[in-house]
Amino acid sequence: MSIGHTLLGLLEHGPRHGYDLKRAYDEHFGHDRPLHYGQVYATLSRLLKNGLIEESGVEHGGGPDRKRYAVTTEGVTDVERWLATPEKPEPYMQSTLYTKVVIALLSARDAEVVLDTQRAAHLKTMRELTDRKRGGDLADQLICDHALFHLEADLRWLELTAARLAELGKQVRS
Amino acid sequence: MTEPLLKADSIVKSFGPTKALDSASMSVAAGEVVAVMGPSGSGKSTMLHCLAGILAPDAGTVTYAGRDLGAMPDVPRSTLRRTEFGFVFQFGQLVPELTCVENVALPLRLGGRKRRDAEALAREWLARLEVDDVAAKRPGEVSGGQGQRVAVARALVTGPKVIFADEPTGALDSLNGEHVMRLLTDTARESGAAVILVTHEARVAAYSDREVIVRDGHTRQVEFA
Repeated sequence: MSIGHTLLGLLEHGPRHGYDLKRAYDEHFGHDRPLHYGQVYATLSRLLKNGLIEESGVEHGGGPDRKRYAVTTEGVTDVERWLATPEKPEPYMQSTLYTKVVIALLSARDAEVVLDTQRAAHLKTMRELTDRKRGGDLADQLICDHALFHLEADLRWLELTAARLAELGKQVRS
Repeated sequence: MTEPLLKADSIVKSFGPTKALDSASMSVAAGEVVAVMGPSGSGKSTMLHCLAGILAPDAGTVTYAGRDLGAMPDVPRSTLRRTEFGFVFQFGQLVPELTCVENVALPLRLGGRKRRDAEALAREWLARLEVDDVAAKRPGEVSGGQGQRVAVARALVTGPKVIFADEPTGALDSLNGEHVMRLLTDTARESGAAVILVTHEARVAAYSDREVIVRDGHTRQVEFA
């Protein structure tokens, strides 16, 4: 996830200070991984240096003064470019699971147990996500669905591989 | 582990030369939701039909609340299926000539309940499944998702101890499938009914408490702490 682009996108709604940005980020995208303050201020400092944001006044409150930041025209262009560029599809060609299956077959261990243990672990996580969806809002449901569909794809691969273990065993041992 | 309510012990079932189940075993405790998973043709639907007493295994036993289903005469076994078991299938389960409320009331009517009582209870269940607005419609006039929720209402209306669901979301899109699964498992849990859920979809199985895998007629159960 590009934290810089995400903060720029949040700043398009109007100038904010660092604490406010962290709160908005965590609310929309933080889920299990809230931003650290260090990440927020390091990112803002980089965006400032690259001319993508600018200082837009200082907020005086009970505590220390807080600088507000606003997105620049270059920053808006950068967000537009980011949104228009598709994310590179993950090729999933280096699978630890595949490696484990092959090693189990090569060493005459029970590869079906490897697959079934993984299946049980995947389903446990899917149950937790499904439970979380029950009580979650739409944003929470969508983020859980994204994870669920990926886990489901893994499970389909596990099932297909289980059905082809005998054939794969012959091939890797030949 | 809790004493099983329903248990298949080393059951064998063949169709001609094809062995669908080969010494397969599984059990379900009261109120538990168990997914039976496996590829097409693995024997998972045969397992469900044997557990429900619809098919008799060639060998092995199926016991429900300590009673051997295979040793029960036909009439009490049919009564047991009507009063203690509920069924939800992929499609084709509602009677097309009856309205949705009449479909839900049907198991109660077959059990001797008066029409007015049966339909009043059926309406309550349609409301719980959020389809009370289709009560007067016939199955052909409602969407797939609504039809499945009517079928779930019909499965639950008699207060069964076990719900057998064979690919209950197989004919539905993702959103409708999730809605049906949430309602099926929530209402079953509220009623204390166990659910045996046959599915090949992991996202559907994720609504269960645990899973049993059927592969080439054998059952596999892996615990992951």
